[in-house]
Amino acid sequence: MSEPLLSTDRLVKRFGGLLATDNVTIDVRPGEIHALIGPNGAGKTTLVGQLTGNLTPDSGTIHFAGRDVTRLPADARVRLGLGRSFQITSVLREFSALENVALAMQAHDGHSFRFLADVRKNTARTDAARRGLAAVGLEPRATAAAAALSHGEQRQLEIAMALAGAPKLLLLDEPMAGMGAEESQRMVELLRGLKRQCGMLLIEHDMDAVFALADRITVLVYGRVLASGAPDAIRADPEVRQAYLGEETG
Amino acid sequence: MKPGTIVAAALLIILAALPLLTQAFDQRYLLSVGTRIVIWSIAAVSLNMILGYGGLVSFGHAAFFGIGGYAVGILSAEGIQSGWVQWPVALGASILWAALVGALSLRTRGVYFIMITLAFAQLVYYLASGLAGYGGDDGLNISRSRFSGLIDLRDKATFYWLCFALLCATLWFCGRLANSRFGYVLRGAKSNELRMMALGFPVFRYRLVACIIAGAFGGLAGILLANEGAYVSPAMMSWVKSGDLIVIVVLGGIGTLFGPLYGAIAFFALEEMLKPLLDLVHKGWGEYWQIVFGPLLVLVALYARGGMASLLKARG
Repeated sequence: MSEPLLSTDRLVKRFGGLLATDNVTIDVRPGEIHALIGPNGAGKTTLVGQLTGNLTPDSGTIHFAGRDVTRLPADARVRLGLGRSFQITSVLREFSALENVALAMQAHDGHSFRFLADVRKNTARTDAARRGLAAVGLEPRATAAAAALSHGEQRQLEIAMALAGAPKLLLLDEPMAGMGAEESQRMVELLRGLKRQCGMLLIEHDMDAVFALADRITVLVYGRVLASGAPDAIRADPEVRQAYLGEETG
Repeated sequence: MKPGTIVAAALLIILAALPLLTQAFDQRYLLSVGTRIVIWSIAAVSLNMILGYGGLVSFGHAAFFGIGGYAVGILSAEGIQSGWVQWPVALGASILWAALVGALSLRTRGVYFIMITLAFAQLVYYLASGLAGYGGDDGLNISRSRFSGLIDLRDKATFYWLCFALLCATLWFCGRLANSRFGYVLRGAKSNELRMMALGFPVFRYRLVACIIAGAFGGLAGILLANEGAYVSPAMMSWVKSGDLIVIVVLGGIGTLFGPLYGAIAFFALEEMLKPLLDLVHKGWGEYWQIVFGPLLVLVALYARGGMASLLKARG
């Protein structure tokens, strides 16, 4: 088994009396899609927050790419190769789709304390961003303002931004949220195509997408890992069926 | 050419020729108004770097008038008249102040940022008022900075042209900044701060550097203001002046290169015109020119969101 890319060790996060993350130990290996599922309030968002660096765990550790990143700020983790997409679409609305990707790439391309050279004349920068857009099938919309893109297109744009700087791992927080069946299908294919490039931790409610994509699934309930394993094993797990998949699979 | 470019170019040409025009029409008073407009424009452009491009509403930018001005004033009072000493010290003090205020205030957001920048500016204001040795509330008469042999700041036209050249340099720098890698990070953080952080940008650092740059240009305006009147006083950094600077930027067009220049010209032109106009209607009303100016601002806020610069763009 290859060395995991991302691993947590007995992560704990409390909000007052609420144990939102209860001794969570999970890992993601290179080139793997690891899906994290669980009912609302299971603590998925809290866990993601700790992985990205927006929340600090009360105890436990997070290792990424062979480093302890538990105390590392969010932007530094991104520069180490931890890309993410947001549960609620978050793009730079006033900027063009192309400029969104160009800025995402710029974050990985050295510091930006350069005050005089005009970025619009930097064709290498623009070309790279255009390739980034093409990778998610958004190239025709390059000059459109991000705010003018459809919901599905904005989600695609998010993926393109998360892919900038060639991350080792993508944290995808409900990438299918709010999408129609057709858009979801397109996103599934997009993610499947990206699998060779990087590992993914996929948080998703759309079970069709999860079972179509995941190599491993971890079920989170009340902040605790209820079960973890291959999709078939999870599907067959009686505890999981009762706690979570129950009403769907009967 | 776009109408905005034509108007900006025409304005700059008129401003460049202002000393000749005021001499030809024997309106020397207008040159002093013009000098003040140019100096205030430098300050407004610098405020626009953080307010317009960065979305950081600083309500304490006039502090840089004071710090730049008092650095010159205090050195002058202590017998150091050389501009080669005064100006770098004044710029250094402005940069230090910007770094300090930025480092603390950038930890807050929204209305708290506004209040904390205001509080810091008030701090300097009261500090200057308390400097009994340097005139306290009454301020301090100074002699103008000396650049021996090179340039004589006592000559009104020469001083004006120096200010104008520095305004052009400021505009040039701001224009380059806005479209640089740095400028894009700053504007991106205004659009969506969390997203920029998630992209891997240490937003705080970029904003702090933006504050320092804006502070340096603000300090430059302070140096010039002190030399313009040969006088510094706490009044030059009262919170009203900080408010005026915000008004100028908003009136002219937030986040546009020439907006602050338009705003400064409109602000001072309205002040100069409304006063005698109101006095004509009824003796003594001129003092209350802002009664007319206020509603004008409201109209701009309601109907010309992008300020005067957006009006030019809409015509095109």
